[in-house]
Amino acid sequence: MKAAQIFKGKFVLLLLLAVPFLALPSFVSNYYVGLVIQILITAIFAMSLDILVGYTGLPSMGHAAYFGVAAYATGFLYFAGFNNFWVVFVVGLGVGGFTAALFGLLAIRARGPYFMLITLALSQVLWGIAFKWRSVTKGDDGLPGIKRPEIGMGVDLIPDPHFYYFTCAIFLIVFFALYILVHSPFGYALRGIRESESRMKSLGYNVWLYKYIAFIFAGAFAGMSGVLWVYYSGFVNPSNLGIDLSVRGLLMLILGGAGTMFGPAIGAAIIVLLENIVSGLTERWSLILGIIYVVVIMLFSEGITSIVKKVSRD
Amino acid sequence: MTVLSIQDLSKGFGGLQAIQKVSLEIEAGERRAIIGPNGAGKTTLFNLISGFLFPSSGEIHLFGRDVTKLRPHQRSALGIARTFQLTNLFQKLTLFENILLGVQATRGARYSFYRPVKSYGEIIRETEHLLKSWDLWEKWDVPLKNLSYGEQRQVEVVMALATKPRLLLLDEPAAGLAPAETTLLVSIIKSLPREITTILIEHDMDVAFEIAEKITVLHFGNVLAEGSLEEIKGNPKVTEIYLG
Amino acid sequence: MTFWIIQILNGLSFSMFLFLVAAGFTLIFGLMKIINIAHGSFYLLSAYIGLTILRATGNFLLATIIASVAAVVVGMAMQSLFLRRLHMKELQQVLLTFGFVLIIADVCLWIWGGNSFALPKPASLKGSVWVGNMVFPVYRLFVIVVGIIIGVGLWIFQEKTKFGAIIRAGVDDEEMLRGAGINVQLVFSGVFGLGALLAGIGGMIGGPFVGVFPGVDLTILLLALVVVIIGGIGSLKGAFVGSLFVGLIDNFGKALFPEISLFTLFAPMAIILAIKPTGIFGRIEE
Repeated sequence: MKAAQIFKGKFVLLLLLAVPFLALPSFVSNYYVGLVIQILITAIFAMSLDILVGYTGLPSMGHAAYFGVAAYATGFLYFAGFNNFWVVFVVGLGVGGFTAALFGLLAIRARGPYFMLITLALSQVLWGIAFKWRSVTKGDDGLPGIKRPEIGMGVDLIPDPHFYYFTCAIFLIVFFALYILVHSPFGYALRGIRESESRMKSLGYNVWLYKYIAFIFAGAFAGMSGVLWVYYSGFVNPSNLGIDLSVRGLLMLILGGAGTMFGPAIGAAIIVLLENIVSGLTERWSLILGIIYVVVIMLFSEGITSIVKKVSRD
Repeated sequence: MTVLSIQDLSKGFGGLQAIQKVSLEIEAGERRAIIGPNGAGKTTLFNLISGFLFPSSGEIHLFGRDVTKLRPHQRSALGIARTFQLTNLFQKLTLFENILLGVQATRGARYSFYRPVKSYGEIIRETEHLLKSWDLWEKWDVPLKNLSYGEQRQVEVVMALATKPRLLLLDEPAAGLAPAETTLLVSIIKSLPREITTILIEHDMDVAFEIAEKITVLHFGNVLAEGSLEEIKGNPKVTEIYLG
Repeated sequence: MTFWIIQILNGLSFSMFLFLVAAGFTLIFGLMKIINIAHGSFYLLSAYIGLTILRATGNFLLATIIASVAAVVVGMAMQSLFLRRLHMKELQQVLLTFGFVLIIADVCLWIWGGNSFALPKPASLKGSVWVGNMVFPVYRLFVIVVGIIIGVGLWIFQEKTKFGAIIRAGVDDEEMLRGAGINVQLVFSGVFGLGALLAGIGGMIGGPFVGVFPGVDLTILLLALVVVIIGGIGSLKGAFVGSLFVGLIDNFGKALFPEISLFTLFAPMAIILAIKPTGIFGRIEE
């Protein structure tokens, strides 16, 4: 069947991309390696958001919340003496999923703009709490000085190239897991919900439950990216819960194409590279980025991947 | 046995009473048509039966169970399926994916998230079988929005059948179809097995009289008349509301 | 006893300030379903501009007028040049307003720097009054009075004028407006401008005690979000009641549990969401 050919095609593409990825640290400086690490981690975040936005049709506005609580959990665990990546990773995804489970109960009953308002408000309150609760979160100063974790097997993650390969591996695992999720019966049900909730209900699907489970999955995957980010940057602070993270995520989906496998990663690459280039050029990078965001939104309604799809079909 | 039983059902919207104390009984194997002029409350009735609206008062029993408080997906689980007057399909998905969602809807596998759907051979085969038996197989990978209106109206019915219902609600299935397409659709509906009790809403009286054995006439939310084809055709009150 | 009166008055003055900001936000969301993330930016811009005018002229009223007009101009430009073209694309509209948050925040940072300022109070309103055996700033009383006056004014506008009726109808059902042949775009621009105006006035009124500094835009936004969720979406009454609630609770929370005062807001918000998602006075959408 054609589907097998398409899967093989994507697989080949992935293999071809793998070569430059594997060779990267030998050719470029740590700065660029770090950039790619950032892209990969951000791509995981964007893919987790895409479960909701692109596949289920839920415009979740406060996605940074799940990233941020996992980030803080990582920080707290580090300063409590836990440095084992696997333990912290599981806690991070658990905390992200749990927060999503709580927020989902409050938000999913609402539709469209109301849903956006509620998810935004909930995550903003978390941000505010992180800001003010100085005795626990050190407020705006954050928690710096977090070292790379132990992953066992005698591997040392402190050099950036090592962390880079590790992140690549995690990214591939997450990508694969999401691929299965999205192509599973559950994943197709999410797409059905995106297209027509009433139709899904009349077929017998418990639409609320699907949205809720998707929400939890999205929160858990976002939590994974939060853990990775803290270990990469060595630092947690309230901006990990900030609205700009959530909005950035949505922009990545608009740019790269929501509801596609590669779209979020493409969008993540574009935004991370853009931010790094612009902030290197001018002190007014925030202003430039704001203008670029406005321009992008006014021009792109669909996203690059779907535009590419349209062109290749015609 | 009584498949559907409605007792004193009423539904009001603000000041408007869309359905007023309607009572109805449908037996297994029946072919029932619900007709009436625009605004008579036909689609509201379907929405009440399928659970998309909750009544202001009255009760609905499906297959002997009180479903008045159940939500749409809970009623579907009991064996009821419906089509929509305004085509309500998954436009961006392919024809295959559309029917697939119908087929997997009644299976526990529909919650499976760790295996690709292709690995569920039975679901795939059944979807393929449905499409082939409805002569739609060549278009299996066409996005639904690229199908013609007539084909989409067909898919509406196929989708409902995919869930293997015992009671089928068809909401103006022939709406907007050309005469040839209508004839085809009518013969398809007539050839449905008797295990599937069918209730039809139709605006087009010819279609209704072709398919149904028993007719219920709604007018301003009330049951005006109910009976066999001859009884209804010969009923002066019925002719009056359509012409008067 | 006096302590509690002072706290209540403190809370009330903060509530009235919040009302100015939340009222505009809730009208914009209720009518256009736009979550205006840049609403706090109107406050920011207005307070900074007002500060400069105040330093130059010492005239509080003049500063308020100019600053508010600036907010209205920016707001209406945002709506008519950009948001209007994204009609019905709610997600993109929200993202667009965020683009403006970045732009406005950075321009303000560029011009006024990163320091924190408190706007100087008008000379006639400096000083305090005795409440029992404690003092209370006159200015805060002024804020309460202004809030109530504007609240009453808005209420009259909404209930008694034709434009107000149009807004009320539009919040309930936008289709109805179009059907009635009303120039919907004009109404949208007008309401957006009104919202910006209120936030701009809020910038000047609140400037003296809330202050202006990089980041205050998002802090104000957060409070507006909480007010609107608790009080009800699209409802002025809801904005008023929600502001009272949030202002008083926030004040008491800060006085009693300074670090976790946000929890005292978070809990009621979560409870309202659990029980009635559209807020106390919000309309239920079918």
